[in-house]
Amino acid sequence: MGYGIKLRVWGDYACFTRPEMKAERVSYDVMTPSAARGILEAIHWKPALVWRVDRIHVLKPIKFDSIRRNEVASKISERNIKTAMNGGTIDLHQYASEDRQQRAALVLRDVDYVIEAHFDLTDKAGASDNSGKHCDIFTRRAKSGQCHMQPYLGCREFSANFDLLEGEVPQSVLTEKRDLGWMLWDIDFAHDMQPIFFRPMMINGVIDTRLVKEEET
Amino acid sequence: MINVSDVLNNRYEFVLFFEVENGNPNGDPDAGNMPRIDPETSQGLVSDVCLKRKVRNYVELAKGGSSPFDIYVREKAVLNDINELAYNELKIKPESKKLPKDPDQAKKITQYMCDRFYDIRAFGAVMTMEVNCGQVRGPIQFGFAKSLDPIVPQEITITRMAVANKKDADKERTMGRKHIVPYAVYRAEGYISAALAQKTGFSEEDLEIFWQALINMFENDHSAARGKMSSRKLVVFKHDTALGNAPAHKLFDLVTVKRNDEEKPPRAFTDYSIIVNNKEKSDGVTIIERE
Repeated sequence: MGYGIKLRVWGDYACFTRPEMKAERVSYDVMTPSAARGILEAIHWKPALVWRVDRIHVLKPIKFDSIRRNEVASKISERNIKTAMNGGTIDLHQYASEDRQQRAALVLRDVDYVIEAHFDLTDKAGASDNSGKHCDIFTRRAKSGQCHMQPYLGCREFSANFDLLEGEVPQSVLTEKRDLGWMLWDIDFAHDMQPIFFRPMMINGVIDTRLVKEEET
Repeated sequence: MINVSDVLNNRYEFVLFFEVENGNPNGDPDAGNMPRIDPETSQGLVSDVCLKRKVRNYVELAKGGSSPFDIYVREKAVLNDINELAYNELKIKPESKKLPKDPDQAKKITQYMCDRFYDIRAFGAVMTMEVNCGQVRGPIQFGFAKSLDPIVPQEITITRMAVANKKDADKERTMGRKHIVPYAVYRAEGYISAALAQKTGFSEEDLEIFWQALINMFENDHSAARGKMSSRKLVVFKHDTALGNAPAHKLFDLVTVKRNDEEKPPRAFTDYSIIVNNKEKSDGVTIIERE
């Protein structure tokens, strides 16, 4: 793993929603590997490469806060759009005050993480794709604040600040050994969006997010 | 249709300062509609969706809600002008209905919605027919707005010289409550990704309307609850490139605010000085200040 990178990400709020509690969102205690992958992809990604998150360092205490908002209840219907496209008269608007849900979210406060990751090349990699090139692009972008889109901490309203971490990972304030329970590891897009779960331990604020081989299959 | 050459090619960040005087900028449904407050710092909050609502309302008002500036997520307002709209810009052959999962078709449908609706181009939308992730991400991303100083919401009791039910007639009047923030300046921060703008077709013209919306969004949003609200200052960071030339957090740090008199509670915009540090900005970033 000569091409590992370390990225520090922090923000005022974060919500890494537990799939079993997403009508009223409840965040996991810490960032999931899939959220970390999303952050890396917001900075640099190509079909030629796949990000593998190795470790997540939780630098600050885990704190929660509740926020309730008015949200709309339904999604855009494909049928209505088709009717409209074919010249049919149909009301294509969504009325937020009639189609409303109040939903609370239990979100994390004041978070600071270091993501340790590397990438592998996929079979989509062409002749011009090599690890050194993509690693350079990523580190250059992360250092200068460039990104494809501003990365976020679980939900888009919780933007992530980011900076390339070149030195040692700072010491976390967390010192205990903590069983985080079953957490979402990532979604397997190749196999019908199958979610993959894992049961990480957080030791002194560090979570090893690598799956052991048996679990991977 | 949007001219491809007009699509946004630069990344932007922005900081918006807006004030409230004797009003409630954003009620918290969890706290009996009290102004939202950060329990740890007592700073006031205004949610991202609250600000997006106001941008939508402004654009609907300014552009009359017609394509390509139609607003998808409306507040209950305009119901009658639907029939006048031209729907036949794009026709899809009937046989294609058998292939709802066809990615080309899904793309066409998404394109139709992006072309017609400003808020979908700007903020994105969840469309069930998108094959893999079911949504369009828009270029504009708002964070929560935070007040510069802790707020002290006041509960004002008001009376009504009438009653709702006959059986209460002898009471003659009813009491109500309203919550106000005596004064606060809020700071909102946001991001505009050129890469996502290119996907939804968010154009230079759309961007100009967005800046107008930020500056004017409170002007047509007056109500009994809001009190006096207005946008005070908009600082825009324009990057020379699509990916950006500086980290967003460093640009936001260039905009600092000072209380002119720490002893006195802030009650007016003139109680603050906003400093934009032009000197330490990164190369390739232009700072545009609008008021």
